[in-house]
Amino acid sequence: MKYELLPWLILFLPLVAAGGITLFTLRYRTVSALLSIGAIVTGFVLSLIFINANGWQPAVGEISKNWLSIGTLHIDFGLKLDALSMMMLLVVTGVGGAIHIYSFGYMHEDSGFSRFFAFMSLFTFSMLGIVLANNFIEMFIFWELVGVSSYLLIGFWFEKPSAGDAAKKAFIVNRLGDFGFLLGILMIWGILGSLNFSVLQGQLSQNSLALGAMSTIAGLLVFCGAVGKSAQFPLHVWLPDAMEGPTPVSALIHAATMVAAGVYMLCRIFFVLNPEALHVIAYIGGFTALLAALIAVQQDDIKRIIAYSTLSQLGYMVMAVGLSGQTAAMFHLTTHAFFKALLFLSAGSVIIALHHEQNIWKMGSLKQKMPVTFWTFLVGALALSGMWPFSGFFSKDSILAQALEQGHQLPWLGYPLFITGVLVAGLTTFYIFRLFFVVFFGKEKSEIASHAHESPAVMTLPLVVLAIFSFIGGYLGIAGVYHGLFAGETEKSAGLAAALFEPFINSPLAAALGLCVVAIGFFAAFSLYAKADKDPLPVILGPLATAMKNKFYFDELYEATVIRLHDFIAAVMDWIDRWLVEGLCIGLVRGGTDLTGRALRLVQTGNLQTYAFLFVLGVAVVMYFVLGK
Amino acid sequence: MNVGLEHYLTVSFLLFALGLLGVIMRRNLLVIYMSLELMLNAANLALVSFSRFNNKLDGQVLVFFIITVAAAEVAVGLALIVALYRKRQSAHVEDLTSMKL
Repeated sequence: MKYELLPWLILFLPLVAAGGITLFTLRYRTVSALLSIGAIVTGFVLSLIFINANGWQPAVGEISKNWLSIGTLHIDFGLKLDALSMMMLLVVTGVGGAIHIYSFGYMHEDSGFSRFFAFMSLFTFSMLGIVLANNFIEMFIFWELVGVSSYLLIGFWFEKPSAGDAAKKAFIVNRLGDFGFLLGILMIWGILGSLNFSVLQGQLSQNSLALGAMSTIAGLLVFCGAVGKSAQFPLHVWLPDAMEGPTPVSALIHAATMVAAGVYMLCRIFFVLNPEALHVIAYIGGFTALLAALIAVQQDDIKRIIAYSTLSQLGYMVMAVGLSGQTAAMFHLTTHAFFKALLFLSAGSVIIALHHEQNIWKMGSLKQKMPVTFWTFLVGALALSGMWPFSGFFSKDSILAQALEQGHQLPWLGYPLFITGVLVAGLTTFYIFRLFFVVFFGKEKSEIASHAHESPAVMTLPLVVLAIFSFIGGYLGIAGVYHGLFAGETEKSAGLAAALFEPFINSPLAAALGLCVVAIGFFAAFSLYAKADKDPLPVILGPLATAMKNKFYFDELYEATVIRLHDFIAAVMDWIDRWLVEGLCIGLVRGGTDLTGRALRLVQTGNLQTYAFLFVLGVAVVMYFVLGK
Repeated sequence: MNVGLEHYLTVSFLLFALGLLGVIMRRNLLVIYMSLELMLNAANLALVSFSRFNNKLDGQVLVFFIITVAAAEVAVGLALIVALYRKRQSAHVEDLTSMKL
C-alpha cells in the first residue's frame, strides 16, 4: 500500500491545529482560522491523493498499532481503510472544509473567533477518529470526544443561558444512548472475546449464532448509541435545541457529520445486527422520520425547521439500515451531508443578513436582495425534497426501492415503511418550500428584512460549491462505491445518461410515487404560502397544528415523567445521604469518638499527686500479680 | 533480742511507706522532695542489709552509686524548685496544674 503515513496525517492534523490554536495563537485571529482551515483542507487533499493511489479498496484493509494489553484484553489503535471510511473521510473533510471556510466569514465579528476554530478542529479530529476506528473501544473513545466537542460548540455562546442549557441537554441525552452503546460493546467483547471489527465480522460470518441468546439484545444496545448520536426517537429531543450554537456548527455537526456518525456506525457494525434487531431499527427510523417531518411543518424558526428536517432525514437513513440497505443509507447520508450543510449555511447567510433574526415570519422578499443565497437555497431545497435530477432524488429513491424490495419478502415490514417514506417525502417538500416561499417571496414582513444584503464572497463561495455537489451528487458514482463494499461486487460504471434514469428502470413505482408526492407537496406549499403573511395552517388543521407546533409535547412529557422521576430519586438519595450516611454512620463514629475522648479527659486532672497516687496503685497491682500468686 | 534481717527490712518498709505517704499527701513541693529522699534512703537501707546478711558487697557498691546520683539529683531538683517558685510565687502543687486542659 502506498502512502501509509497519509491516513495518520489526515487524522492528526486537526488535533495539531486545535492544540496549536489553544496554546499559541488565541490572540491572532487570522492565524488561528488559517491553521484550522489549513488542517482540514490539507486533510481533504491528502484523502484524495491516498484514494487516487490506492483505490477505494486498499490491499491492506487496516493499519493497526497495539495500544493496551491487559490480560486477554488487547486494544489496538488502528485505522480501518475501506470504501466506507474513505468516502466518509471525503465527506467530513470536504463538506467540513467548506463549512470551515464559510465560518471565517460568518464568525468574523465574534470575539471568540480563535476559540471557535480550535473547537471546530477538535471536532474534526474526533469525527475522523470515529470514521477511521478499526475497533469498538477506539470508536467509543472518539464517539465520546465528538460528544464533548459538540457540547463545547453548542454552548459556544455560553453567556446565553439557553445555549448553556442546550449544550447540557445534548451532552446528557447523548450520554444516555452511549451508556447502552458501552453495554453493547462489553457484551460483544464478553461473548466473542474481541473488539476488532474485521475479527468480529469473521467470527460472525462463520457462525451467525455466535452471540447466542444475546444476539438481539447486543445489537439493540449498540443501536442505542446511534439513537443518541443520530437523534432518533425517543432521544431526538436534543437536536432541535442544539440550534442554539452558531450556524456553521449546526451545519457541520448537526447536519453533515456528527449526527451521521450513528448511521455510519450502524453500517460499520452491520454484521452484529440480527433480523429482529433490524426490524426494531427500521421501525424506529420510520417513526422518527414521520414524527420529525410533522413537527417541522409548524415551526417558525428557520434553523429549527432545518433541524427537524435533519431528524427526519436521519430517520430515513436509520430506516434504510433497518431494511438491510446499507448502500442506500450511506448514499443518502452522503448526499444529505451536501444538501443539508448547504441549507444550513444558506440559512446562516440569511440570519447574518438580518442581524440574527431567525423567525421566518419576519423575513420575506429576500429573492432580489440575496440572489446567491436564494439560488443555492433553492438547489438545497430541491435536493432535500427529492426532485429529479437533484442528488436527494437518487438517494431517497434508493431507500424507497429498498423498502419495496423488503416488502416482497416481509410485507408487514417493507410496505408500511414504504408508505411512511413516501408520506414523509411529501411532507419534506411541503415544509421546506413553506420555508422557502415565506423567506424569499411575498412581502417584507419586518423593517430589518428590507435592509438585507448579500453576504461576502467567503460565505457565498462555499455555498456555490456545496450547491454544485447537491445538484450532481446523485450520479457521481457514490452509490457504486458503497455498493462495491456492501454487496461485494463492483458495479459497472454506466454512462451519465444511464445513471440519470437508472431509478426509473430499477424501481419505477418508487420513483414515480416519490416524484408525485414531491409535486403535491410543492403545489400545496405554493398555494398556501406564496403570498401568505401569516401561517394559514393552524386554521385548517386546528388542534393538530398546535400539537405540531409544540413538538407533540415531547419536552413536556419528559419533563413530567423522566425528569420528575429523576428528581424524586435524587430527593430519596439526598435523604439517604443526609440522614443515613451522614447522620447515622458518620454521626455514630464521630459521636462515639467524641464521647470517649471526653471521658478519658477526666483522668487528666493536672494534679501531680493524683498521678503519683495512680502510679503507686499501678505498681501495687503489678506487684500483686508478680509476687502475690 | 537478736536483731535480724527482718528488723532492718521492717524499718526500711516503714521509712518507704512514710516517704510515699509524704509524696502523695503533702502539698508543699519541698516537703514532697524530702519525702522522695526518704524513700531513696529506705531503699538504700534495704540494700545495705541484704548485702550484710548475704555476705556480698554488691549491694553496698550500689548504695554508693545511689547516694552519688541522689546528691546530683538534689542539686538539680532544688534548682528547678527555686526557679519554679520565682516564676509562680508559689511552691504548692495545687497551683501547678497547667498540664490540665
